[in-house]
Amino acid sequence: MAPAPSPSAHLRSAVVVAADRTPFSRTGRAYARASSQDLLTAALDGLAARTGLAGERLGTVVAGAVLRHSRDLNITREAVLSSALAPTTPTTDLAMACATGLEAAVIVSNAIRVGQVESGIAGGADSASDAPLAVGDDLRRTALAVRGARSAPARVRALARLRPSALRVEAPRNAEPRTGLSMGEHAALTAAAWGVSRQAQDALAARSHHALARAWDDGFFDDLVTGYLGLHRDDVLRPSTSVEALAALGPVFGDTMTAGNSTPLTDGAAVVLLASEEWAAQRSLRPLARVVDAESAAVDFVTGTDGLLTAPVYAMPRLLDRIGWTLQDADVLEVHEAFASTVLATLAAWESEQFCAERLGRPALGAVDRSRLNPLGSSLATGHPFAATGGRVLATAAKQLHQIAAQREQQHGPGAPKPRALLSVCAAGGQGVVMALEAL
Amino acid sequence: MARPGGGPSRDLYAELVRTGPGAAVAQRLGLPRPAVLRRHADGQPLLAGPALVLTTGGEPSVFRTREAGGALASVLRGAGAHLVERAEADGARLGAVVVDATGAARVDDLAALGLALGPAVRRLGPSARVVVVGPAPGSAGDPEAAAVAQGLEGVVRTVGKELRAGATANLLRLAPGAGAAEVAGPLLFLVSARSAFVDGQVVEVAAAEGLPAPVAAPLDGALAVVTGAARGIGRATAQVLARQGARVVAVDVPAASADLAATANAVRGHALALDVTAADAPQRLVEHLGAHLGAGGDRRLVLVHNAGITRDRLLVNLDAARWDAVLGVNLAAPLRLTSALLEAGLLGEGARVVGVSSTSGLAGNRGQANYAASKAGVAGWVRALDPQLAAAGATANAVAPGFVETEMTARIPPLLRQLGRRTASLQQGGRPVDVAEAVAWLAEPASAGVRGQVVRVCGQALVGA
Repeated sequence: MAPAPSPSAHLRSAVVVAADRTPFSRTGRAYARASSQDLLTAALDGLAARTGLAGERLGTVVAGAVLRHSRDLNITREAVLSSALAPTTPTTDLAMACATGLEAAVIVSNAIRVGQVESGIAGGADSASDAPLAVGDDLRRTALAVRGARSAPARVRALARLRPSALRVEAPRNAEPRTGLSMGEHAALTAAAWGVSRQAQDALAARSHHALARAWDDGFFDDLVTGYLGLHRDDVLRPSTSVEALAALGPVFGDTMTAGNSTPLTDGAAVVLLASEEWAAQRSLRPLARVVDAESAAVDFVTGTDGLLTAPVYAMPRLLDRIGWTLQDADVLEVHEAFASTVLATLAAWESEQFCAERLGRPALGAVDRSRLNPLGSSLATGHPFAATGGRVLATAAKQLHQIAAQREQQHGPGAPKPRALLSVCAAGGQGVVMALEAL
Repeated sequence: MARPGGGPSRDLYAELVRTGPGAAVAQRLGLPRPAVLRRHADGQPLLAGPALVLTTGGEPSVFRTREAGGALASVLRGAGAHLVERAEADGARLGAVVVDATGAARVDDLAALGLALGPAVRRLGPSARVVVVGPAPGSAGDPEAAAVAQGLEGVVRTVGKELRAGATANLLRLAPGAGAAEVAGPLLFLVSARSAFVDGQVVEVAAAEGLPAPVAAPLDGALAVVTGAARGIGRATAQVLARQGARVVAVDVPAASADLAATANAVRGHALALDVTAADAPQRLVEHLGAHLGAGGDRRLVLVHNAGITRDRLLVNLDAARWDAVLGVNLAAPLRLTSALLEAGLLGEGARVVGVSSTSGLAGNRGQANYAASKAGVAGWVRALDPQLAAAGATANAVAPGFVETEMTARIPPLLRQLGRRTASLQQGGRPVDVAEAVAWLAEPASAGVRGQVVRVCGQALVGA
C-alpha cells in the first residue's frame, strides 16, 4: 500500500541528535538524597558534554517531573540554570504524568518542524525518593491563617483551632483521584479483562531483564547514559532473573501481577536533543533518527469503558492511518512496560478483530513480531522514573534505528529501506502518547 | 583512568614548614623548605624579573645578530621580557638567565660559562629560570666540541640541584640547522611559569620548516583528544589545552562518565565515553574525530595518550592479568589508537602525538615491573613513531611525570610519598597542571623542532635521571 502523504509532510524534519540519562535507580538507593532537579541537571550536563553544548543557547528545553514539590514551580528552568547550558536558554515545565517525557519531545519536535526553533531538549526527571510530603488541609489552612493574623493573640487563636488529627502528613499516592484505585489495581482489571496470563507476564519480564543486560554489556548505553552519584548502570536490572524465579513471587495486584512483572518506584532523569538537520550538521553532530509524527489519546477509564493504561491502543491506529504505516512496518516497537500485563493487553487489543471492529471501527492492527518488541528491554528492567521514561524510550529507539540502518547499508548498499520505529507510552489519567520515528 | 577516590594527595609537610613556627624549626634544623612555585596565571608577565642573556664560547654562535644580545634576546624581548646588560649586585632580582653557548667548543669554554653564570645565579629571584642553549654533542665531528657539548649537561644539571626558591635550570641542545625559529617556542616555555616543575632537563631541538612565531593562543584551530580526562593529570591537560585555544575531546571509560562530563563541560569540549582497550575503540575514535575534523575546517589533531593504570606487585607476584591490564591500557592502546588515526589520515600537517611516560618507568620502581615496562615502552615508542609522522608534518613526544600529587600517588605509602617529594631538587611533588603545561607546549606549532623526545616533569627528581 502506498503511504498517503501525512498532512505534516511539507514541514521540515526534526531529528533526534543525541540523548543522555542518568542510570535509573530503585527508590531509596543511590539517589536517595538527590532531588528531581538534581537528576535533571545531571542529565542535561551529560548531554551538554556529549554534544559539546556547554555555554550554548538552545531554542528551548521542555521537561517536567510528575512528583513535584511546591518549590519546583520552575524545575526545568532551575535545572538549566544549574547546568552547563547557556542561562539564556528558555524552558517550559510540562506535566502529562508518565507520558511527560515523550510529550515534551512531541512539543519540541513540532517547534523545530514549523521553524520556531532550531534546537531543543525534551525530557523529564522524577525522584520517588525525594517525593514531596504535604500537610493535611486542616494544618495548611491553619498555618495560612496564622501567617495572615495581624496580632499575637490572633495568631494564638488561629493556632488553638488546631486538632491533633490535623498533624497527619500526606504522601503522594499512586492512585487515581476519580476511582481511588492504584495504577496496579487498574492494570489488574485490564489484565483480567484480556485474560493475560501470569506465565506470559513473567516471560515478558524475564526477557526485558535479559535484553537490557545484554545491551549494557554490549556498550549500547555508553553514549546514552552518564553515571551519577557513583551509579553506572540501572540498578533495578537483574541480569540473572528467570521465569522460574519470577514465578515464585506472590501476586500484589489481582491474581497475576507481582513485584516482578510490575515496575518498581524509580529515580532518574532522561533528556533528548532534537534539532533541525541543518543545526546538527553545523555542529558536526550525526543525527540518529527523524521524528515522523506523533499522536496522543485519552480514554474513559472512570466509567470502566476502557482500562486506565490503554490510551495508546487508540492513539496508535490514528497515528498509523495518518502517516500510512502499518504496525508491522515497525522494525522496532517500543511499548513502555508500566506493567507486563499492560504491554500484553495492548498487543491483544491490536490483534483482536472484534475489539478493533467495535471500538476502533477498523480491521485489527495485527500481530507483532515479538523480536521487534522492546528489543533492548524496557521499564520492567530499567525501572520507571515517571517523567524520565519518554526520553529513555525515544533515545533507545532512535539509536537502534541508527544501528539497524548502518547494518542494512552494509548489507544492501545505500538504497536499503529506512528502518522505522513506533513508540508507545501510557500514562495515569487514562492518557497516552505514541510516536513514529524513521532512521536517517 | 577512573577510580573512585579520595582526591589528590596533600603535602602537609610543605604546608607546615612554609609559615610560622614550622618555618622557624625547619630553618634551624636545616630541613628542606619547599618553595611555592610560580605557575601560570592569566595576564601575568613572562618573567618575575628582568632577564639577562649571556653569550659564552667564541665564534660562531648561532644566535649572534646585530641586535644587542643576539637572537635569543630578541625572542625574549618579543615576548615582553625586560632585558638587562649585567647582574647588578643592587639591581632587581633576575627572572631568568639565558646562556647562548652554541659557540662553546673548547674545554676552556666550560669554565668561562661557569664563571659567567656564577654572579648571575647569585642574583636570581624566586622561581627564576636558567636556560642554557648549547650545541648537540655529535653534531660536529670534533671530539673536543662533543665533550664540551656534553659537559654543558653536567653544568646545567648541577645548577638545577644548587638553585633554591623554586628556580630551575634546563638545557636546550640545538641540532644542526636549528636556529632562533626552532628554539623560540622551547625557550619561552622553559623561562615561563608554565614550566614550573620542569627542572634539570635536556631538550633537543631539531631543524623544522615553516615554524610560526609563538603566539598567545597557540592551539587555536587544534582539536585535542585527551584520554583518561575524567580526573587528575588528564583533566588538567584538557583544561590547559582548552586555555591555549584547543577544542577538546575528553575521553575516559564509561564508568568515569560523570567526572568526564564535568571535565568536558568545564572546558566547553566534548565527552567521549570510550574504553581505549575495547576492540572497537580505534574505529569509534576515528569516526568521532573524522566528523569533527572534517566539518571544523583545517583543524589539526593533538592526541594525548594520558589514560594509565597501575596494578602493583613485586615481579614474583605479578600475574598475567596484572601484566595484561597495565600493558593494555598504558602501551597497547596508544599504539593501536595512533595507528588507526594515522591510517585514517587524521594525523596530518601540524598534528601532535603526546605520550605519557613516567620517571618510575624510566628508572624502574619496586613493585612496578608491569607499569615500568609500559612507561619505558612509551619512551621507545614515541622515538620510533616520530620519524613516521615527520613526512606528514606531525611530531611525537612524551612527557614523563615524576611525583605528581594525584589520586594515584595518594595511594603510595606515606613514607615513600615523602621520599618522592623531598628527593627532587624542588623538594616537592608537582601538580597535575605542571604536566598539563608541558603537554600543551609540545602540542604548539612552535614546538615543531622537538621530536621523539621524553621531557620529564619531575622537579629534577633523584630517580629517573
